[in-house]
Amino acid sequence: MRFGVIQFPGSCDERDALAAASRVGDAVLLWHRDHDLQGVDAVIVPGGFSYGDYLRAGALARFSPIMVEVERFARHGGLVLGICNGFQVLCEAGLLSGALLPNTSLRFVCRQVLLDVVNPATSWTRACERGDRLSIPAKHQTGRYWAPEPVLDELEANGQVVLRYATGNGFNGSARDIAGVSNHAGNVVGLMPHPEHAVDPLTGSADGLALFESAALVAA
Amino acid sequence: MRARILIRPKAGILDPQGQAVERALPALGFEGVRNVHIGRLVELDVEDPAQLPAMCEQLLANPLIEDYEILGAAA
Repeated sequence: MRFGVIQFPGSCDERDALAAASRVGDAVLLWHRDHDLQGVDAVIVPGGFSYGDYLRAGALARFSPIMVEVERFARHGGLVLGICNGFQVLCEAGLLSGALLPNTSLRFVCRQVLLDVVNPATSWTRACERGDRLSIPAKHQTGRYWAPEPVLDELEANGQVVLRYATGNGFNGSARDIAGVSNHAGNVVGLMPHPEHAVDPLTGSADGLALFESAALVAA
Repeated sequence: MRARILIRPKAGILDPQGQAVERALPALGFEGVRNVHIGRLVELDVEDPAQLPAMCEQLLANPLIEDYEILGAAA
C-alpha cells in the first residue's frame, strides 16, 4: 500500500498526513507542480492554506498541474482523501458536491470533535462500522458545508454523507451537521476534521487511523 | 478594456459577514439598515471581454454559491 500526499505552497498538514499514512503503508510526498502520481495507490490532499486561500479556499490549488492527474486518477476509481483544505480543493475541482463556506461564527475554531460514521462502505471508512464514533480534532475557519437542498437529499439517499458531527459537536453551521462526504462511487472522500492528527493515544486519540486503515483494506 | 466584476453570495445562503455588519451599524447609531450582504469586486484589464463569463464560471466565482455580474464590459 503506497500513499501519496500532495504538497502545495501553503500546505501545513502534509507531514502529519505522511506520518499517519506511514503507519499503515508506504507514503511519499507529491509536489504540486509535478504531473506524476508516482504509481501510488491512494492520494491524500492535505490540510493547510494552499496558495494562501487567495480568492476562495481551495480555488487556486485546483489548477495545480498535479490536480489534473488527481482528477483523472479519481475518475478511474483511484482512492482520494481530502482533509480540510484538501476537502475544499476537491469541492472546487468538482470531484465532490457542495462547497465550504466561512463558519457561522466567522471564527477560526480548533477543538476535538466527535464524528458519527454514517456510511462505512466507502473506500476511506470500511474499517469502521455504522455508528462508530470517532474522536478527531477539527481546526478551520471555512468549514461550513453547504449544498442546495435537492443535492443534500441526493447525497443522503446515495449514502454519500459519510461522517456527521455527533449531536452537540457541530460548531461551524454545516448543513445537516455534515462533516464528510464522498463521491457516488465512494472512492473519493472529503472531510473537514483531521484524522491525520489523531493516530496516537499520546495526542489524545488514535481514532483517525481508521481512515488510513480503510484505504489499506481496499488496496490489499 | 477595463472590466469590473461584482461577486455576491447567492440569495438564501447565510452570510455571516453581512450579519455581523448589520449588527454593528446600530451600535454606531446607524438605524434602519437591513439585508446587508458582502461580496467582492474584481477589477481587471482584459483584451477579449468575451472571455469574461468563462473566467467567472471557472475561477473568479464559484457558481454554486456565488452570483456574478460583469460591469463596464461593453467593448
